[in-house]
Amino acid sequence: MIPIYTRRRMINAMHLTFSILAMIFGLFWLFWILFILISKGLDGISVALFTEMTPAPGNTGGLLNAIIGSLMMVILATLIGTPVGILAGTYLAEFGQHGWLASATRFINDILLSAPSIVIGLFVYTVYVARVGHFSGWAGALALSMIVIPVVVRTTEDMLRLIPDSLREAAAALGAPPWKVVTLVTWRASEVGILTGVLLAIARISGETAPLLFTALNNQFWTIDMNQPMANLPVVIFQFAMSPYESWQELAWAGALLITLSVLGLNIIARFFLRKQTLLA
Amino acid sequence: MKNQQILFYSKLFGSHEYSQLKEQVSEFKAAMNTNQRKRADAKVIINNLNFYYGRHHALKSVNMNILEKKITAFIGPSGCGKSTLLRTLNRMYQLYPSQVAQGEIMMDGANILDKKQDINILRAKMGMVFQKPTPFPMSIFDNVAFGVKLYESLNRCELMERVEWALQKAALWEEVKDKLNQSGMSLSGGQQQRLCIARTIAVRPEVVLLDEPTSALDPISTAHIEELIFQLKQDYTIVIVTHNMQQAARVSDFTAYMYLGKLVEFGETNTIFTRPKEKATEDYITGKFG
Repeated sequence: MIPIYTRRRMINAMHLTFSILAMIFGLFWLFWILFILISKGLDGISVALFTEMTPAPGNTGGLLNAIIGSLMMVILATLIGTPVGILAGTYLAEFGQHGWLASATRFINDILLSAPSIVIGLFVYTVYVARVGHFSGWAGALALSMIVIPVVVRTTEDMLRLIPDSLREAAAALGAPPWKVVTLVTWRASEVGILTGVLLAIARISGETAPLLFTALNNQFWTIDMNQPMANLPVVIFQFAMSPYESWQELAWAGALLITLSVLGLNIIARFFLRKQTLLA
Repeated sequence: MKNQQILFYSKLFGSHEYSQLKEQVSEFKAAMNTNQRKRADAKVIINNLNFYYGRHHALKSVNMNILEKKITAFIGPSGCGKSTLLRTLNRMYQLYPSQVAQGEIMMDGANILDKKQDINILRAKMGMVFQKPTPFPMSIFDNVAFGVKLYESLNRCELMERVEWALQKAALWEEVKDKLNQSGMSLSGGQQQRLCIARTIAVRPEVVLLDEPTSALDPISTAHIEELIFQLKQDYTIVIVTHNMQQAARVSDFTAYMYLGKLVEFGETNTIFTRPKEKATEDYITGKFG
């Protein structure tokens, strides 16, 4: 009895040590990245960053046009992607458990979820940009919305599946038709979780570079015309960081810090909501 | 208003069909030659009901009359089909495509298993309370008003009255009257179950189906709810599934003992518990089996 117990304690201690070492290894790089980002990016954070346009090489300036362009495209992509994603996810979780259509949709959605984003950029380039003949903000938003959709479909389905069938039965037993059960009861019960999915999708697209490179491209000037090529943070960072000009490099660091902080903020908010959801369900 | 009309016409339509169907029903029942009493005050008549979960034959030729404004209890060991029988009465099984019911369940002269029967209106007439309390994620007021709003368009004042009435009936009003806007999930288990009962009554169903309504509750809440069931008998036909034989003996007028999907014995509760005809029933009730 005692030898077995001692052995188990040793194995336990060993596993615990390895786990902690693995965690430290992961956190080390993460904090290093954050440290470099903050130490290099903090210098570039200034009022000008939010009030001036991207400068010509060698000049000083800000990122206002890129920030606004990113915001516009991310918001538009979310507005397109969220309803499609929520409706499709609802279909998968509530109505299509048994048909072939649902399993096919689920499978394709999973592929889309893990598809390299550059493929999506190329796709939008081929079907939209190449036909219209120029890069545009619309194309950028379209490409981003294609990244939003699978994320929202997946989380919506998962969150709705967390809702016990007994709740659906209870609503149906009162004579509620299926669409009322969904809109009045199960959506409400999982709204926090679905919202979390949307926030995570926004966090995901706000840093995407590849799909925008082929669609919105970049614009050195101020524009809010979605039909024009549009400035956006990821592509500006890409371009400025690769350049030999010091002022551009500094702006790239500042932009990277800006994106990281907003993604971090979104993730924290999402986590907060998610905890509430799991407590409810 | 429109919903009310639909409900009204469905009832009218039902009673219209009744006159045509009455003859067929009596013929059919004579043909069945069941040994049960046929009573004019039967609210629900179950004829030769079979139920399948996929290939599993869960109910085997069940025949039963459920009398109006009486409490009928289903007892039997786990898996005997008593909950299945209850869920057939409001066609709850239809949410799951692999489950099939065959036979006839007559209520107000219409077969509720008929495909033409509107399932939502049926469920509004056959309220159901489940084993676990299932408050909706909304306020206490909205929980009770939920079902009412589906089929009646009442103004704010009438709705308030109805909610109060239902909560009074469910003996919950005194405890929640000051916090109607709080979430239904904030209540205790016993209160949640009474909230579910209030929600069911608020729709004014004709039959109330209770699926082990007290199995998740403490003795005091159980006593509350049994008291409540007894009072509801004045206005509603009640069917209760229970694991607790004392509960069946305490509250019910009629008891059905089921075993392996068959209705073994059905009769007045007094008779079933004191002079059961079948040996199997006696063994179960006295605790020799099950």
